Amino acid sequence: MTATTSTPLPRAAERTSAPRPPGRLRAWATRAPLLPALIFMIAVTQLPFVATLVISFFDWNALYPDARSFTGLSNYHEVLTDADLRKSVWTTILLTATVVLASLVIGLGLALLLDRRFRGRGVVRTLLIAPFLLVPVAAALLWKHVLYNPEYGLFNGVLHWVGGDGASQPDWISNTPLLAIELSLIWQWTPFMMLILLAGLQSRDTELIEAARMDGANNWQVFRHLTLPHLRRYLELGALLGSIYIVQNFDAVFTITSGGLGTANLPYTVYQSFYQAHENGLASAAGVLVVIGSIIIATFALRVVSSLFREEVSRA
Amino acid sequence: MSDARVHDIRTGPAPVNGSRPGARPPKVLRVRTRGAGLTLAAWLAGLLFFLPIAWMALTSFHSEEDAATNPPSVAASLTLDGYREFFGAGGGASPWPSLINSFVASTASTLLVLVLALPAAYALSIRPVKKWTDVLFFFLSTKMLPVVAGLLPIYLFAKNTDFLDNIWLLVILYTSMNLPIAVWMMQSFLSEVPVAIIEAAQIDGARLPTILARVVAPIALPGIAATSLICFIFSWNELLFARVLTGVVAQTAPVFLTGFITSQGLFLAKVCAASLVISLPVLAAGFAAQDKLVQGLSLGAVK
Repeated sequence: MTATTSTPLPRAAERTSAPRPPGRLRAWATRAPLLPALIFMIAVTQLPFVATLVISFFDWNALYPDARSFTGLSNYHEVLTDADLRKSVWTTILLTATVVLASLVIGLGLALLLDRRFRGRGVVRTLLIAPFLLVPVAAALLWKHVLYNPEYGLFNGVLHWVGGDGASQPDWISNTPLLAIELSLIWQWTPFMMLILLAGLQSRDTELIEAARMDGANNWQVFRHLTLPHLRRYLELGALLGSIYIVQNFDAVFTITSGGLGTANLPYTVYQSFYQAHENGLASAAGVLVVIGSIIIATFALRVVSSLFREEVSRA
Repeated sequence: MSDARVHDIRTGPAPVNGSRPGARPPKVLRVRTRGAGLTLAAWLAGLLFFLPIAWMALTSFHSEEDAATNPPSVAASLTLDGYREFFGAGGGASPWPSLINSFVASTASTLLVLVLALPAAYALSIRPVKKWTDVLFFFLSTKMLPVVAGLLPIYLFAKNTDFLDNIWLLVILYTSMNLPIAVWMMQSFLSEVPVAIIEAAQIDGARLPTILARVVAPIALPGIAATSLICFIFSWNELLFARVLTGVVAQTAPVFLTGFITSQGLFLAKVCAASLVISLPVLAAGFAAQDKLVQGLSLGAVK
């Protein structure tokens, strides 16, 4: 665990050590192809973020542009003490954790089911992947109108079918708004987790498992002591990538509840506070907080990805 | 290895959990029935996950009255009215401009990504510069910067420069959204080109353009195609930028779909038709490149 992210991989070292005419021109010639992409990324992603950071220190409502003034950290103070905003921080955490954990667990189960040869495995895999491929807005509309709707949605339709005219017909979104969003996202993200974990399962060392079975290990023992440790990195990778995407979720919250009923997460709150309330300073402060949260996740993510790199290197 | 040991494996392991051999059917039979059970479970899971989409497809072919009944009408007669309505037959807004905008934004940004990412990936894999992992991690880190963190300045910039409601602003933003993934994926694809082949070609006197066209391209082409597909899918799906930065002229397909958020029961078939038509390019592309999709989404870490 002493290797750091900046340790060059053996293959790279080997390649760069090839004899080559020295000189600055040569060095720039090898770097030049990188520059357009680097400059583009810095200009389009880093500059706006710096601007967000600057705006977050100003009291600035777009409707009163003349009243703009420097206020230091007071926007952050307001974001962190405002009950609604604090709630949206909590909602973001809850939404992300629930969706990531549930889709990981179900995804693991599905990956184990699909990690064996059976008739129609390709078809089942294709059926499973479909939810992930639906355009996110379309998926959210599907859950909102076609499944959850209290009058003609499929869920209540099935209840009606099974229970007859007296069957209860709950209003899913009003009763459990956050759960309604979570379910739709779990449905969308489980296939993604399944595919990552399936890739992990298929990279297992089959000889090792054979050997364990020879020694009399049963299925559970093989799973617990061989499969799960091997999958750890893939589970971590899935959790972290899922978190990065779901922390930022806007489509489902916007479509299913429009942030109402206590379901507004941070991205939706940021969107609303500048797009509807025109509070540029507050929106920026909230945006910076989202970034800080993401950096915490990202720190872990980078470690995981670099550990995957190391594994690849040690295998080579 | 003794015969007894092999025999053991066939008839089941030594009684680890205290089960008596002979109390249950022979292992081969047990495995077969359990195998059938697992196959059934896999099929049921697949069908369950697909059911909402299948139901949406069925609803899209029903008339609006049949679509909005409770209990649901499975056997109602099929019609293309939902699709006709969606394409503007009922006097509603036509989806074509938004579909064309989505197509232009996704295609143009994918091409721009390729133009920027290919040289970068080349510099990072075939002729790696020093500290190349640092550069790779910089690209990755931009992916962790949430979109909302830069949205307001971009909005203000667009407003002050008359770039609001302009499809080319989306092209630039989608390029920045996909470029890190593309650099990572292509770096991993190009790394698969054996250095020995390139060196052999050099010894034979081949110059850079020849090497790129004859040696690198054939090996890297499937990877480049998969990368392009993923960039296209992400651009096609994007909502937040499009919602904030476009209006009437440059509206994209997902923004068009948000018009259905508050629609009531009368338009259920139309909503389903719209969702399916707009998802169709992504569904087709995704089914075609399932493995590469995961690899791209996991930034090349899973192969």
